[in-house]
Amino acid sequence: MKLELRGVTKRFGSFTANDRISLTVEPGEIHALLGENGAGKSTLMNTIYGLYAPDEGEIRLDDEPVSFNGPGDAVAAGIGMVHQHFMLIPVFTVTESVALGYEPTRAAGIMDMKQAREKVLEISGRFGFDVDPDARIEDLPVGAQQRVEIIKALSRDAKVLILDEPTAVLTPQETDELITIMGQLRDSGTSIVFITHKLREVRAVADRITVIRRGAVVGETTPKSTETELAGLMVGREVNLTTAKEPAVPGDVSFSVQGLTVLSPMDKVVVDNVDLEVRRGEILVIAGVDGNGQSELAQAILGIREPVAGRILLDDQDLAPLSVKQRLAAGLGFVPEDRSTDGVIGAFTVTENYVLDMYDTAPYAGGPGNVALRLPVMRKAAQTQAERFDVRMGSVDAPISTLSGGNQQKVVLAREMSRDLRLFVASQPTRGLDVGSIEFVHRTVIEERDKGTPCVIVSTELDEALNLADRIAVMYRGRIVGIVPVTTSRDVLGLMMAGVPLEEAKQQAATHHTMLSEADEMAEAEENK
Amino acid sequence: MTDSGSQPGTSPAQTSKQEGPWAEAEGRLSRALRDLGQTSWLVTVLSVVVALVVGAVLILGANEQVQGSLSYFFAQPTDFLETSFQVLREAYSSLFRGAVFDWQASSVERAIRPLTETMVYSVPLILAGLGIAIGFRSGMLNIGGQGQIILGATSAGFLGYALSLPVGLHVLLALAGGIIGGAIWGGIAGVLKARTGANEVIVTIMLNNIAIYLLAWLLKQEWFKQTGSNQPLSSSVDDSAQLFSLLGPGFRLHAGFLIAILATVFVWWLLERSTIGFEFRAIGENPEAARTAGINVTKATALVLIVAGGLAGLGGAAHVLGTEYRIAGGIAGSLGFDAITVALLGRSKPLGTFLAGLLLGGLRAGGVLMQAQTGTPIDIVLVLQAVIVLMIAAPPLVRTIFFLPRADGRPRLRKNRRRAQAGGADESASRESTLATASSGSAPTTTQEADK
Amino acid sequence: MSQTVETTAVAAESPKNSPTGVRPISWKYPITYAILAVLGLIFALTNPAGGRTHFRMASAGDFFEIPIIELPSRPAGWVLAAVLLALAAFAFRQAARRARTGLWLPLLFGVLFVLAFLVWAGADRGAVIPLVTMLTGALALSVPLIFGAMCGLVGERSGVINIAIEAQLLAGAFLAAVAASVFTNAYMGLLFSPLAGAMVGAVLVFFSVRYQVNQIIVGVVLNVLIIGLTGFLFSTALSDNPGLWNTRQQLPELPIPLLSQIPVLGPVLFDQTILVYLMYVLVAVLNVFLFRSRWGLRTRAVGEHPKAADTVGIKVNRMRVYNVILAGGIAGLGGSFFTIGQGLAFGKEMSAGAGFIALAAMILGRWNPIGAVLAALLFGFSTSLGNVLAAIGTPVPSEALLMLPYVITIFAVAGFVGRIRPPAANGTPYVK
Repeated sequence: MKLELRGVTKRFGSFTANDRISLTVEPGEIHALLGENGAGKSTLMNTIYGLYAPDEGEIRLDDEPVSFNGPGDAVAAGIGMVHQHFMLIPVFTVTESVALGYEPTRAAGIMDMKQAREKVLEISGRFGFDVDPDARIEDLPVGAQQRVEIIKALSRDAKVLILDEPTAVLTPQETDELITIMGQLRDSGTSIVFITHKLREVRAVADRITVIRRGAVVGETTPKSTETELAGLMVGREVNLTTAKEPAVPGDVSFSVQGLTVLSPMDKVVVDNVDLEVRRGEILVIAGVDGNGQSELAQAILGIREPVAGRILLDDQDLAPLSVKQRLAAGLGFVPEDRSTDGVIGAFTVTENYVLDMYDTAPYAGGPGNVALRLPVMRKAAQTQAERFDVRMGSVDAPISTLSGGNQQKVVLAREMSRDLRLFVASQPTRGLDVGSIEFVHRTVIEERDKGTPCVIVSTELDEALNLADRIAVMYRGRIVGIVPVTTSRDVLGLMMAGVPLEEAKQQAATHHTMLSEADEMAEAEENK
Repeated sequence: MTDSGSQPGTSPAQTSKQEGPWAEAEGRLSRALRDLGQTSWLVTVLSVVVALVVGAVLILGANEQVQGSLSYFFAQPTDFLETSFQVLREAYSSLFRGAVFDWQASSVERAIRPLTETMVYSVPLILAGLGIAIGFRSGMLNIGGQGQIILGATSAGFLGYALSLPVGLHVLLALAGGIIGGAIWGGIAGVLKARTGANEVIVTIMLNNIAIYLLAWLLKQEWFKQTGSNQPLSSSVDDSAQLFSLLGPGFRLHAGFLIAILATVFVWWLLERSTIGFEFRAIGENPEAARTAGINVTKATALVLIVAGGLAGLGGAAHVLGTEYRIAGGIAGSLGFDAITVALLGRSKPLGTFLAGLLLGGLRAGGVLMQAQTGTPIDIVLVLQAVIVLMIAAPPLVRTIFFLPRADGRPRLRKNRRRAQAGGADESASRESTLATASSGSAPTTTQEADK
Repeated sequence: MSQTVETTAVAAESPKNSPTGVRPISWKYPITYAILAVLGLIFALTNPAGGRTHFRMASAGDFFEIPIIELPSRPAGWVLAAVLLALAAFAFRQAARRARTGLWLPLLFGVLFVLAFLVWAGADRGAVIPLVTMLTGALALSVPLIFGAMCGLVGERSGVINIAIEAQLLAGAFLAAVAASVFTNAYMGLLFSPLAGAMVGAVLVFFSVRYQVNQIIVGVVLNVLIIGLTGFLFSTALSDNPGLWNTRQQLPELPIPLLSQIPVLGPVLFDQTILVYLMYVLVAVLNVFLFRSRWGLRTRAVGEHPKAADTVGIKVNRMRVYNVILAGGIAGLGGSFFTIGQGLAFGKEMSAGAGFIALAAMILGRWNPIGAVLAALLFGFSTSLGNVLAAIGTPVPSEALLMLPYVITIFAVAGFVGRIRPPAANGTPYVK
């Protein structure tokens, strides 16, 4: 089916999220939609999927204009979507998830579970998915959940399939599998819209590429374009894909984790006997697919999750008996992974967020037992630091939610860097940020390293890991699979992210290249020419 | 969130640095906030108007004269209108005379007495309302005002007649007992929430009912109830434990009103100027971020409900030591639920809560006279107060009823409620519904309103 | 998406590195059993020597007479205490092996403990413990609780918290009384009562869905509103002309042939009004439909993850509106029990907190129809027991038993009785 957008515009108040976007997806084509975080990709897809009504413009399917009054209409017209955050209900079974909304029923609205089950089996058989129709969604790994989403779309005979950042939660090898599935679907005539901000994937997968920036189409191109060209189009200026940094000058080991084990609230082991050593002036990146225990490890270092075993040592001081507050006071700088839920308090002002972990210490508090806030001191400090970190805002008295994500993250960094640090830990510090902010965060982290602070950065983006790290620790199912130098190849890292030990990963990677790395090599060859 | 935003002397610096949608969002935001400053008062007033209209319908519907005149409405419609007008004027003027100023009174003293009665009724409402408001600001829906008031009143009353102490000390001890009683009752919910995550709504509702049976049991015990009586009623508190009268024997106004004023100032300081309040507000807005920033969420959560319970307990204590003097099964009346109304009406701000307490106290005081003079049952006050809160909670509804334009001046559009994903792009919708729930189910987002 | 994160973590757990042995064994259940068993022992010890406890197993209209059962208090107490201790020991053993115990253990333990208590409480009191009357009373007291809990469940399963069950019961009781009185026919009351509850539900859902007002607050306010409204009308119209508006009407009892003749259980379960039979049907139907029908699947989807439901074309808010109004109707019907179900005229605030106990029953039953019914029966029984004890005069104050449902619920939400997991989107308004 051919999908065509003509001048689609979507506004939220005075903010134009999509500005006269036109694009055409031919039948049996994989069309990549490339753009930075916040460029308006998801808004556009939600508009196609009927979740938003466009303010202007039209959507055409096979040259017929259509208008959707909700996702139900879009699905009926043959559009399927796999959302970035899966639209699955954790307590449902696979069958229930697939049937939802299109339930086969018998008399009195009682569901025909047998028929629903057979449908799941039929589709998963067709594509060789190994999915148990009776498994509960919350018990499935992320890759399998994604397959359930695809089955869901296909069970409604989707002719156009939208995949919104589908590789964010996958290892390179799993991404490979997904690419194979996408190829199968294309060959069977399904049109695919593939949304991403990852240049390498686009070049490996897409038949055609549309780049959008700040809500508008800025170019259409083919996978033949180099990464530099694509990045330039996407960001709107020349970008260095790598941050320049001096080689590390590591000092003594100053931070170490020994035999750390952490349980989830459901008593499952999420961090499994982890040992790490970080030297002064060194960045250790903990790489791995989201949900393999990295977040819990960082939380255990901060102290908001209590380990059941192991030690956390900072300059020979055991952090275990200390509260979060005491750890911060001991020189721990911490940037949490989810800015809006853990990093800042949206309704609080910039000032209040700036002092969020120092509000009860001098000079920000005074009086007996430091019980009274000293607002003028707080404001002044926030003002000064905001200028130093170039935070773009109305005033320090504005709620921080009125700032862009990048500027919010700058406030978080300003707050953490304002103390004398002996250890810096950041969990996914650039998630959801635009390229400019990412560069800023990376520079700030490197500056901190150059001051001699040991840094631990959790990152699920392989690009970021390779860019920032002095050493990379790969984590899988709560364990450290291996700690490797930054010169390690992507394929090896990818296999390690799937739990393959280093030596084995090297062997496998030597014999089997992923499509992504092949595309990479081709690109390098081209650019070298 | 804090008042710091509107502090005098804060100059909006760096406005030139804005760019892109954020600048526009910022501009619209401040405009919306300015509008809100005016419209929220308007909404409050209009909500009261809606409530009075609903009340009028009830009064007329229940009035036999009006029913009579309605039977020949088509023959003589003026009769119906005239009767209705008379009935309503009588009812609402007696409500006013009972609450504010009685121009028909025989002496000046009697004329101003209604206002002092309003103040008397408002004392427990303000105190307990402040407790509820602290909970709201800290993200906790404390439905347990009723139980906390009962415990506060019971402890204070018991200390008031069981002990014999010198004048000043006795009343202070009794008040402290009230605070502790309420704080324990609130603290149970607080500690359970902090330790086990037990939903405070459920726990406080259950504690309310437990408190009722606890009091019922106490009133059957020989050591507790009035000696030599079969009535479930306690002895009267000693003179030494009573809150002293402010205006002399002709009036019931007592020192509890001063306590209410002091508590209002204290709560303001606590929330806006103290580190404890900073923690309260932080856990209310975003407990995850607060925990990450090193705030002891467990301790703060428990403390919120302890403080809230203490205030409600103080309200109960003031009610017994200043007004009732005896403990009976129905000592708390519906004060606990009225206090929720007060906090909502006052938008969880200390001054607002104080004023809302006065308003509701006025309805109570006026309702008494209205019932005495026109036979309108005092239950109507409950209806009025419920309607007021419903209206205030949904400003767009009030706007629709009165054909007002939207807060941001834009025409009313059906599909306008959809929020932007880009942060802060369409806050008008959310900003409008004061009490709209945030992403977490239980925390009332009173902050939208409080931003100004 | 923290859900997904957790999920992978769960999946990540490989069998060989099982976490068992990492967390300490939870001893709270066995300890609870032990404490109660010791209490049973104390009952046995303090039973008067040679004392007798009498149980009446018959009710007035029994087909064949069952004689009053007389138990020697002390031996009976000892036997029961021994069994209780054995059960507690079993619970310890199961906990030590980290094995689960079925639902039978708490049920059996509960029944035996209550028996031990009754034997002790009724020993040498000179009064007969009317067992059937007590059970009939328990069921009767449970009727509004069960209707209320079903109402809460239907609403909350679709994501709308309903604190206004109390208001809906009261409104149902009011309209049932008025309609029955005006038509001088109790069945007309039954017909009208759902309307009252549904109207309250409509207001609740109007404010919480259309204006996204906090659902708990709307609920609390609605309780005040309905108490005020019914109180006002009661004091005016209903008191001015009770003959027209507020005469007593009663639904007749309809004994089911044969079934009602079963000793003990027959008169308790099958000699009831149509309202109780409707309740049986309602519970059965809800239990099937919630888990096996299209409506149920969609309702649960809307309550767990409304956005996901929206993406498959389910109208989330419409679903919530329908469900909450339907639920209101259920509660309204339940409210009619207070007036026409018992043959009483309407009185002020006559629901007396039943709505809150219904809420508690729903939570204790974990949003599951059968669980909620069991919890409601437990609460009804404890109240009935309290009434009986107050009548025969025992050392245990009846207030303690009246408090019991609330105390149990607090323990339940504090996580003592397993993990309570409400629908994930409960209380969250859905805005696209």
